[in-house]
Amino acid sequence: MSTVLVNAAGLAAMMMIVWWFWLWTPRKAVNTKAGIIEIRVANGTYSPALIDSPAGQPVTLRVLREDASPCAEYLIVDGLGINEALPIDRRHDIELPAMEPGEYRFHCQMNMYQGVLRVG
Amino acid sequence: MSTQIRLIIPAMTCAGCARKVRAALEPLAGVSEIVVDAAAKTVDLHIDGQDSAAVIAALEQAGYPPDAMPIGTDSEAAPESCSMDDPLPSDQFPVDGVRLAITGATCASCVRSIETALSSVPGVERASMNLADHSAYVQGAAKPEQLIAAIEAIGYGASATADDDSLEQERERSEQQLYRRLLRDTWLALGLGAPLMAWMLFGGSMMVHGGGISQLVWLLVGLLTLAVLVIAGGHFFVGAWKAAVHHNANMDTLIAIGTGTAWLYSMVAVLAPSLLPEQARHVYFEASVMIVGFINMGLALELRARGRSGQAIKRLLGLRATTARRVDDDGSEEDVDIALVVTGMRLRVRPGEKIAVDGVVESGSTLVDESMLTGEPMPVSKQAGDMVSAGTINQQGSLIYRATRVGKDTALAQIIALVKKAQGSRPPIGRLADQVSAVFVPVVMLVAIGAALAWFNVGPEPRASYAMVALTTVLIIACPCALGLATPMSVMVGVGKAAESGILIRQGAALQTASQLTTIVLDKTGTITQGKPSVTDVFSYADWSRDKVLALAAALENASEHPLAFAVLEAAKEQSLPALDVSDFIAENGKGVQASYQGGVARIGNLRWLADLGIDASAATADAAGIAEQAGTPLFLAMDKTLIGVIGVRDQIKTDARAAVARMHARGLKVVMITGDVRSTAEAIGKQAGIDEVIAEVLPADKALHVRALRDKGERVAMVGDGINDAPALAEADVGFAIGTGTDVAIESAGITLMGGSLHGVVDAIAVSSATVRNIRQNLVGAFLYNVLGIPVAAGLLYPVTGMMFSPVIAGLAMSLSSVTVVSNANRLRFFQARPAKEMV
Repeated sequence: MSTVLVNAAGLAAMMMIVWWFWLWTPRKAVNTKAGIIEIRVANGTYSPALIDSPAGQPVTLRVLREDASPCAEYLIVDGLGINEALPIDRRHDIELPAMEPGEYRFHCQMNMYQGVLRVG
Repeated sequence: MSTQIRLIIPAMTCAGCARKVRAALEPLAGVSEIVVDAAAKTVDLHIDGQDSAAVIAALEQAGYPPDAMPIGTDSEAAPESCSMDDPLPSDQFPVDGVRLAITGATCASCVRSIETALSSVPGVERASMNLADHSAYVQGAAKPEQLIAAIEAIGYGASATADDDSLEQERERSEQQLYRRLLRDTWLALGLGAPLMAWMLFGGSMMVHGGGISQLVWLLVGLLTLAVLVIAGGHFFVGAWKAAVHHNANMDTLIAIGTGTAWLYSMVAVLAPSLLPEQARHVYFEASVMIVGFINMGLALELRARGRSGQAIKRLLGLRATTARRVDDDGSEEDVDIALVVTGMRLRVRPGEKIAVDGVVESGSTLVDESMLTGEPMPVSKQAGDMVSAGTINQQGSLIYRATRVGKDTALAQIIALVKKAQGSRPPIGRLADQVSAVFVPVVMLVAIGAALAWFNVGPEPRASYAMVALTTVLIIACPCALGLATPMSVMVGVGKAAESGILIRQGAALQTASQLTTIVLDKTGTITQGKPSVTDVFSYADWSRDKVLALAAALENASEHPLAFAVLEAAKEQSLPALDVSDFIAENGKGVQASYQGGVARIGNLRWLADLGIDASAATADAAGIAEQAGTPLFLAMDKTLIGVIGVRDQIKTDARAAVARMHARGLKVVMITGDVRSTAEAIGKQAGIDEVIAEVLPADKALHVRALRDKGERVAMVGDGINDAPALAEADVGFAIGTGTDVAIESAGITLMGGSLHGVVDAIAVSSATVRNIRQNLVGAFLYNVLGIPVAAGLLYPVTGMMFSPVIAGLAMSLSSVTVVSNANRLRFFQARPAKEMV
């Protein structure tokens, strides 16, 4: 009985991991109507980590890094050539140009902090 | 009056909070268009006819105080200035702007008060405050001291700020705090873990025997362990939870699950031993705290090692002066803070002092050591009219210079910004590691559970214990950090190392490509040669005198900016020849110049141009050949259709050009020279420098075509040129090297900018790039191998052969050291020397 339970729990945990980290589709994104979005960098996450932005419009990421660990030091936006060193406990503006529709990942140097900018 | 404001509310963490925030704001009179965003923790709203204080008070009363806000834009009062919604882009701000750090400002009304106070200072043209970073920019003629006084008079604090310094200090302070905290956590965790480990190693039992004193003792140890986990490892658990909530997983996730599982399993063994078979009633408290101790130690070591990686930037920041000696109109002098220096200010620099800002020398003469910026060891002579750069050192005389670029506009500040940016860039070689590290943690979690289930189902007894050990060990040994750090750490050190030699590598991609080159194309003038030609011969024909030929040539070249023109003008000036009256200049790019002289058409240019115009130059064939044999350039002069003279101009090759080309050959590179000169001249220069192939008589616009042709043949081509005339060719090459730019760093067409003029810089850049890419490879191979071998071993793959399993404690130690190893290997690059020290001078 216990063998069945342990195996069932293990398989359920594996399915949960696959669903939670890969299959889950975020329902809510923060919108950048104003052209400026504040991102908080703390505890291993960007808040918000999912941002919607209209195509063809520049966006300013106003980033507040609260995590002093070096992992959080750089913010990199794939496909835009953006790599910015973030000061600690200060808001830092990163200007993104008007973008083509698509998904742009932003992350730290070690890919532990991750977020997505959806342009469309 | 309507004001739109945005508030950041840190305590608003859920939809329920958002409802409460809305409920607190809606009853307020004059508040409208409330948009609450719980995810972003922001509220946007309009206020009519009341102060934002009422809004803040209402939020505080509801338990949701805003965070040093609001940020707002007054739609009627001063829409063109102030606020975060319309910040003044710092790169567009005039160079004579003064930046002040403001304290005490908390809201939009503070912003307005400060801007009004600044605007009322005589001489201020425009003032703007940014509440986001608590800074104000002021444009105009007012002195910074007056601006600070005006702000202090209305109750706020202000100081002139040098941004990078304060940010760097802040970063160092924060990192120091973090380092101390990590060390404290390390000792705390190891302080409990080490005695437990010792107990185990010296034969003490780690098993729980139900009902006896053993159970009570282990319960006490379990609670102590929990306290240590919370204090020393709490940050892992918080990070893991926050990441999980965001559907993200990181290193914290692995550590938290690993140590948490070990602790939970042990507590089950203590509190409900009957749930486990007798042999499986093992506790792993020592593992959970030792792991936390080792990981904290690894993070502390990594932080320390990273500090060393960033030394290039620190060294560059250290070049900046903190004060400058201002010279007032009445001749009096005063030391002022560097942040208070504005363009146009006259400054004195005394022997041995650093030059404070970029400027132009007004009086005095001296030698200036510019090696820290350009990598050129020889001091440079400076006198009235010459440019001086911030951070360079005045060696001898006293100079008075006028500031032309201050603050972030100085060449030094631009170099720092460029290096910082490049240090964060990523060469394509790291792409695979990026892709792997992005999915690494969830994959490791799956592997860990899979391994645990395998042990539980087919492993020996005690199966539960083995399953738990396999799970914990796999989670702990896996190191996404080593993978993630492999590329960026090497790039950071490599780019910094290059910058110390006056080599600015603009992007990671250029760094990687520079290590894979097969062909170097060198522009001739200014790259292989000095770029300062002088007249060596003057021949005259058709009854013209040599002096008149030279005088007419000087008149024709008067408006030209070509280096050969300067040589002709210089020669005419030296011989005090009279200025001839010519008019209607027409410059033919790459061919020559023509103008009207005494009713006819005078021309000076190359042979091909004159031949195209049907002018017979056969009389000068022998003279021109003699000039070309000596690697000089013959300039042909014609009056209407008659050849009247040939002037030989020679540009000497740089003294170290041949040695640098030899170093290129030693690296297996083919060296090509490209020039607009006639073939004989070009070949003579090429021979002197040891060039493999000479492409001569190329129009400036066609250089890019030749670079393209080489690339089409499959060569990986670097183009080395001056960055301005050669910009298209630089852009066309796999890597463009702009050489001899002095302190002009803003050369967009070049992937690599060499501030010094020596061709050795090209080879040094290639050497540093190759070393960096090699270092990245070592790191990547090490990180991949570590994980590819470590994870299966941790899962127990060797057990059938050796009968042993990896301890989770050893896994913790290995994991903590793996990222330290990567950082330390990257730091080895700091000692890399592109060429032996004896060759440097």
